[in-house]
Amino acid sequence: MTLLAVDGLSKEFGGVRAVDALSFTISPGTIHSIIGPNGAGKTALFNLITGLYVPSAGRVVFDDRDITGKRPYQLARLGLSRTFQNLQIFLNMTAVENVMVGHHLHLDRRFLPSLLRLPAVVRGDHRCRRHCLELMDFVGVGRYAEAEASSMPYGALKRLEIARALAAKPKLLLLDEPAAGLNATESREIDEVIQKVAASGVTVVLVEHDMKMVMGISDHILVLDSGRKLAEGSPAEVRANPEVVAAYLGADGW
Amino acid sequence: MSRRAHNLGLAGLALVIAAAPLFFPNSYFYDVAVNALLLAVVCVGLNLLIGYGGQISLGHAGFYALGAYGSALLTGRLGVPPLAALVAAAAAVGTIAYLIGRPILRLKGHTLAMATLGVGIIIHIVLKTESGLTGGPDGLAVDPFTVMGVAVTGDRAWYWVAGAVLLAAVRLAGNLTDSPVGRALRAVHGSEIAAEVMGIDTARAKVQVFVVSAVFASVAGSLFAHKSGFITPDIGSFFRSVELVTMVVLGGMASTHGAVVGAVLLTILPQVLATFEEYEAMVLGAIMMATMIFLPKGLVPGIRLAARRWGAVR
Repeated sequence: MTLLAVDGLSKEFGGVRAVDALSFTISPGTIHSIIGPNGAGKTALFNLITGLYVPSAGRVVFDDRDITGKRPYQLARLGLSRTFQNLQIFLNMTAVENVMVGHHLHLDRRFLPSLLRLPAVVRGDHRCRRHCLELMDFVGVGRYAEAEASSMPYGALKRLEIARALAAKPKLLLLDEPAAGLNATESREIDEVIQKVAASGVTVVLVEHDMKMVMGISDHILVLDSGRKLAEGSPAEVRANPEVVAAYLGADGW
Repeated sequence: MSRRAHNLGLAGLALVIAAAPLFFPNSYFYDVAVNALLLAVVCVGLNLLIGYGGQISLGHAGFYALGAYGSALLTGRLGVPPLAALVAAAAAVGTIAYLIGRPILRLKGHTLAMATLGVGIIIHIVLKTESGLTGGPDGLAVDPFTVMGVAVTGDRAWYWVAGAVLLAAVRLAGNLTDSPVGRALRAVHGSEIAAEVMGIDTARAKVQVFVVSAVFASVAGSLFAHKSGFITPDIGSFFRSVELVTMVVLGGMASTHGAVVGAVLLTILPQVLATFEEYEAMVLGAIMMATMIFLPKGLVPGIRLAARRWGAVR
C-alpha cells in the first residue's frame, strides 16, 4: 500500500537543482521524517508535493492519482494539508477563525447562502466552531480561542497551524519543522500531538531538525543531501548508515 | 466581529439615520445626506474588496457611473421600469467586473492599482466620448424613480430610501464577512499561500469580491442617477475613484462601520470647511494626514483600539 509516491522528481531554480531526481514512497498510517542539512531541499520537496512549486521533471502520485502540477487548493480537496516553516497565519483573524478556515472545504461555500446568512450556514458555522475549538484543545492552544492571532506567542501559533491543518481532515499531513523555535517542554508536547494525530489514522510527514524527536517518533526516515536521497529506512538503519553519519549527523553519537 | 456586536452596530446605525434629520434645518442638508449615504453604500462594498480582501481598486467610480448611466439609459431610452433597470444595470456591471476581474486580479499591489486605474479611466472616457448614447460631457437627464406608480421625489423621501439601502448593504456585508465565503476572503488577505493550501481557490475568491463590490457601486450609482435627475461623466472620474478609496482608508480598513463613517465624513467635511474658503482643501488634507499619522488603522478601528486601551488602563 502506498499513499504517496514521488517518482524522479526534480526542481531547478536557475540552474540550481533544489530537488534532484528524487523517488520514494510513503505508506499510509505511518510517521515519516525527512531530514538533511540546511539547503538539502526539504522545504522545496514539501512545496513540490503541495503544489506551491511546479516540478521541472518527475511526478507525484497521491492516493493513486497523478497530482503533478495541480494547484494547492485542488490538492487540499484530495486530502493533503500542511504547516509552514515560516508561519503562514492569518494575522487579520482570531485564533479560532484561523482554524475554521482550515475546515473550509467541509462547509457550504456557495456565495448566496453566505450573503443571506441562511440558517443552514449559521448551523454549519456553529458546528465548525465547536469542532475547531476541540482541535485547539487537542493541540494545546484552547485558551487562545477568541484571541486575535496577531497577539499570540510564537509557540502557540506553531500549534495553531497544526490545528488549522487538522481541521481540513487530511489523509496526509505535512509538518514543516513543527518544533523549530520551541523550548524542550513545548517540543515534547508537539511530539505527543503528532503521535496522537498519527494514531488517529492520519499519515504524517515531518521535516524536522530536532533529532531526538525524529528518532523517537518516526517509522521511516528519508535523508536528503543536495536534493538527492542519501539514505532511507527505519531510525535504526539510518543511524547506522555511515554515509548519513559522515554527511549530516557527525560522528559524535546521539 | 461577533454576531451580537454586528446587530448592535446595525441598530446603532439605524438609530443615527433615523435621528439625524432632527438636526437638518433645510432640504439642502437632506441633499448632502443622501449623497453621503449612497457613497457609504459604495464604500461598504469597496471595503469588502480593500479592507477584507486585501485587494485594491482605483476604478470603482467607473462602476458607480456605469450603474448610473445604465439606469438612465434603460429607463429613458427603453422605458424599462426603474427598479428593473437598477437590477439589470447591476447585473451588467457585475458581468463586466467579472470579465475585467478575471485577468487583472492576478496582479498584486501596485500593478493591480494601475490596472484598475486604467479600467476606471476607460469607463470615464467612453462615457465622455460616446455622446450619441450618453450625451457626452453635457450629461444626461434621468427620469424619476417610480415603483408601482409611486415616484420617489424630494430629498426627504430619498433620504429614507438611501438610509434603508445603506442598512441593507451593511447587513449583507456583515453576513458575508462572518461566513465561510467571508472567512475565505479574509484568509486570502492574511496569507494567500495558506489560503490556497487550505483549499481556497484564491483567484476565484478575489474575482467574487471584486464583482460584489462593483455591484454595490452600481446600485448606489443607479439610485444617485434617479435622485439627481441629471448625471455627467464626471461622477466616474479618476478623482472620484481616489475619493472612494480615501473614504475606506480614512474610516478604517476591514471595518464596515468605518467605511460608512469615512464616506459620511468626507462628504460632509468639505461642506463644513467651506467657511475656510480658499483654505478648504488644505484643511481637509491636514485632517486626513493627521488621521493617518495618529490613527493609522483608520478612524473606527483606531478609536475602538484606543477605547479598549483606555479601558484596560483604568
